Amino acid sequence: MITAITAGIDLGAKTVKVVILKGKEVIGRGIATTGLDQKKSAEKAFDAALKEAKIDLKDLDRVVATGVGRTEAPNANSQITEVGADAKGAIFLNPAIRTVIDIGGEEGRGIKISPEGRAVDFAINEKCAAGAGAFTEAMARALERPLKEFAELALKSTKSIPMNAQCAVFAESEVVSLIHAKTPHEDISRAVHDSIADRIISMVRRVGIEKEVLLIGGVAHNVGFVNSLNIGLKLEVIVPEYPEFIGALGAALVAAEQQE
Amino acid sequence: MAEEEKKEYWRWLESRWTSPDIDWKKGKVISAGVDVGSVSTQAVIMVDGQLYAFANMRTGSDSPNSAQNAFNRALEDTNGLTEKDVHYCVGTGYGRVNVPMAQKAITEIACHARGANFMYGPTVRTVLDMGGQDCKAIRIDEKGKVESFLMNDKCAAGTGRGMEVFSDLLTISINDVGQMSMEVEEEPEPVSSTCVIFAKTEATGLLRAGWPKNKVLAAYCRAMAGRVNELLQRVGVVKDFAITGGIAKNIGVVSRVEKLLDMKALPPKYDTQLAGAVGAALFAKGLYEKIKK
Repeated sequence: MITAITAGIDLGAKTVKVVILKGKEVIGRGIATTGLDQKKSAEKAFDAALKEAKIDLKDLDRVVATGVGRTEAPNANSQITEVGADAKGAIFLNPAIRTVIDIGGEEGRGIKISPEGRAVDFAINEKCAAGAGAFTEAMARALERPLKEFAELALKSTKSIPMNAQCAVFAESEVVSLIHAKTPHEDISRAVHDSIADRIISMVRRVGIEKEVLLIGGVAHNVGFVNSLNIGLKLEVIVPEYPEFIGALGAALVAAEQQE
Repeated sequence: MAEEEKKEYWRWLESRWTSPDIDWKKGKVISAGVDVGSVSTQAVIMVDGQLYAFANMRTGSDSPNSAQNAFNRALEDTNGLTEKDVHYCVGTGYGRVNVPMAQKAITEIACHARGANFMYGPTVRTVLDMGGQDCKAIRIDEKGKVESFLMNDKCAAGTGRGMEVFSDLLTISINDVGQMSMEVEEEPEPVSSTCVIFAKTEATGLLRAGWPKNKVLAAYCRAMAGRVNELLQRVGVVKDFAITGGIAKNIGVVSRVEKLLDMKALPPKYDTQLAGAVGAALFAKGLYEKIKK
């Protein structure tokens, strides 16, 4: 029997991700910034993944799309929701996962997973930047630091100070006031990450938080946020390698199942 | 090489005024109201319940200073009137506890209601106040007393700050954005994001897709109107209707709110940003008369 080669594509608000599987083994990943033309961005991500996998587009047996822009995906045979894709990818990585927290550029999601590995409930924030990556990006800009450096600063903080503003626009003014008041940047960074973690935790509480907890999405790369989340949840979340690709991985796994 | 100065498109115009028809020396009660908002501060001086002088200035980083600055500015060019001549002063707004010359602080909701009643007349029943960092829908009676209100102070959508972000993004002065948004051949769909941060990303995309700036502004003004309309519907809109605050000067938002409500807002007789301070000065007059009795 020939092992099927399948792909999952996740068209997010900020980036497009592609994962290519041979059977159940990942042989290629590609990522591209979501531009004005989503189809073009998708092709770019595909090209990168195909190159890594050392195959051609025509070698793909089946493609499944997910993400907010999934209807725009070229060459997709079918589509699944982000929640379904996240759950699939999470369980594949670790069958003990019961809660998935997925924080992207413009959306935050909490997903409850049954012991059978199915998504049974979810909560979502798509209306407000206060629960998404765009919030920390805006604050890093206010402090005029690269995002990575801004995130790492939080780990050096010795004092937790509260942020009053929830809205990213108001928070930016508050951060500027804190800078003027000579508040150490470490503490400002910690305050920003505590604030976004608080928002996420109250959202995920709506579905219930049960161990093990998997954190995925681009924001999982932010060590300052992970630290605040762990403190707020009083547990250690699991951060996989390539956290931003889990949705695409889930879609590729669904493609593989459908191929069988 | 000289460094090019970064233009501040959000910068709105400050103002001050003295009534040419009133001689304060003939007045019995001289009262003052100071409204320290998150973005702007107003000081109003009234003589026997008539508007005598005002100043409207940007709030600095320090509330007591901002209050004092606006108060001093209102007293300029007032024929020798000084702080000592003012019988009673009430502070209001976000920084109301930090008004050094005030004997009392009153919430901005009560002051806005009272001020709108004075500024637009006793027929006003619904007041929409669109300020720098919040937005309020207030139902009032014929005396300017609050019957009910709803407020959004959690989110920049529907506030002056949100509009400032857009004027900066499009590099168009905040004083012109409303008029510019009216100069479209066809009204575009509103931007779909409520959040200002997301709306900014959306607008950047529209610009890249070749939309002219006025069309993007029209789409944003329409979204903002839709957002405040939700607040108005929840509190219930009863005629007459009036808009106060800085955004009341933005024809792009005002005309679109009117369209959604199918109702015209009463035309303003005074600077729309004054409502809170006017209400405070009216309360100050009443309080002074009470203690004098």
